[in-house]
Amino acid sequence: MSFSARLHANAIGWVLPVLVIAGWEAASRAGVMPANVLPAPSAVAEAFWRLTLSGELIRNIGVSTARALAGFAIGGAIGFALGLANGLSRLSRGLTDTTLQMIRNIPHLALIPLVILWFGIDEEAKLFLVALGVFFPIYVNTLLGIQSVDPHLVEMGRVYGMDRRALFFRVILPGALPAIFVGLRYALGIMWLTLIVAETISASSGLGYMAMQAREFLLIDVVVLSILIYALLGKLADSLARLLERLSLGWHPAFQN
Amino acid sequence: MPAASLTSVRSFVAAPAPARPAISVEGRRAFAFKGVEKRFGDKTVLDGIDLDVPAGQFVAVIGKSGCGKSTLLRLLAGLDRPTTGSLTLGAEEEGHSRTRFMFQEPRLLPWASVVKNVEVGLTGIAAGTDARRRALDILGEVGLADRADEWPSVLSGGQKQRVALARALVGHPQILALDEPLGALDALTRIEMQQLLERIWLAQKFTAVLVTHDVAEAVALADRVVVISGGRIALDLDVPVARPRRRGSAELARLEGTILDRLFG
Ligand SMILES: Nc1ncnc2c1ncn2[C@@H]1O[C@H](COP(=O)(O)OP(=O)(O)OP(=O)(O)O)[C@@H](O)[C@H]1O
Ligand SMILES: [Mg+2]
Repeated sequence: MSFSARLHANAIGWVLPVLVIAGWEAASRAGVMPANVLPAPSAVAEAFWRLTLSGELIRNIGVSTARALAGFAIGGAIGFALGLANGLSRLSRGLTDTTLQMIRNIPHLALIPLVILWFGIDEEAKLFLVALGVFFPIYVNTLLGIQSVDPHLVEMGRVYGMDRRALFFRVILPGALPAIFVGLRYALGIMWLTLIVAETISASSGLGYMAMQAREFLLIDVVVLSILIYALLGKLADSLARLLERLSLGWHPAFQN
Repeated sequence: MPAASLTSVRSFVAAPAPARPAISVEGRRAFAFKGVEKRFGDKTVLDGIDLDVPAGQFVAVIGKSGCGKSTLLRLLAGLDRPTTGSLTLGAEEEGHSRTRFMFQEPRLLPWASVVKNVEVGLTGIAAGTDARRRALDILGEVGLADRADEWPSVLSGGQKQRVALARALVGHPQILALDEPLGALDALTRIEMQQLLERIWLAQKFTAVLVTHDVAEAVALADRVVVISGGRIALDLDVPVARPRRRGSAELARLEGTILDRLFG
């Protein structure tokens, strides 16, 4: 696809949101949509400007993003490492997989009361929840990816004299990468979701906290703004993951147009 | 093998293949199976195989599906061990005794470019620009030099198999084991690949063991045809026909008949 054609395809995706926003603004101005239910887009934009000028918005976005990334790094690294270990070693899989599958069936958000008891409303509580939420999709998909590598290719690598290291980096890891990316994108979604819930319930900074404060003062425009920013951050993370995917899976027929 | 000899190989290949004695008489042995049995559980697949192959010979192995042809090749390539009996490989030149395996499917790495796939054949032999140069050279020989930087997924079946052949040959193997590598190709591509294979074999002088279920292919290419049946060698037939051989000649047809009789007689 040429650049302009791609631009065109992307542009089509924005038609609907723009129409919705225009309709919403019109409804608010006409008084169909009371401002205490849903403020007009222009009101939200004003709130955005106000909070940007005061620096509050940037600070809260920064706090939330840092939390998200830190939790992601911890949970993702452990999930990736365990996925690799269990994909490559039967012993390791035998030892840990059953336990992990059992824990996986507990919704991690159900642990919130316990986590609050353990960590209070400190940073650790949020990091723990995000890390736990991110861990499973990364773990499961890394394991799945390694298990689904074509054994014929592994055999070929052996016949051609690849040692374990070469086999891993040239055959197994590239073969597992598509599944790992599925896990990555799924994990990014869970990362934001978990953070929203955690910050809404217990925090003294961050986007979720900003939204809850605004609710107390009936600043509904700020509440809506926070929601929109969460959506944008989620979309941004997903786009980054897709970009990475396209860059590293150029060989995959699904990414050749 | 040094690069100089590779270039000489190329000019050699370009010339029409010269006649050469049908049976190699170099005297050195490539490998020998002695009383080899292979069982999977209580199922005996190979039941006493004796096969002595001199270096440089082109052997075709024929047999009905499930008779143990792939098993034999896997033993030869060291992918599996005999249950009893022994397999001796010929004199090794400074650890260079390499057996390469060409599978029925190309088994290319989808995430590596064509030339990188060929470089896999140089694992532990060459690396970096040297490996790339050698890979490009051999790609030229199989007629795919201009596709070096493409992904394997865009190649046709025959082209993929040619890349696999290049990968098998780039490290200058002493023994090349081929497990029905042309089985999935259409008739025309097959003949083209057979000619390519013969040309490169004549030039590089490796020992070739080709498993095939195409009797015509076997007599067209091989110095010697081995028929396996009931886990044993049922027929061991020399093909004393000078090269280049003419497909469909009466001589080849007669040999073909002998083999088919043994297979279905
Ligand atoms: N790893 C294995 N475990 C158990 N049985 C096996 C194994 N490998 C091969 N066999 C059995 O050994 C027999 C011979 O198999 P092999 O693959 O060597 O046949 P083949 O002659 O190559 O057949 P084809 O022409 O269909 O490829 C078959 O009955 C097969 O089921
Ligand atoms: Mg077979």
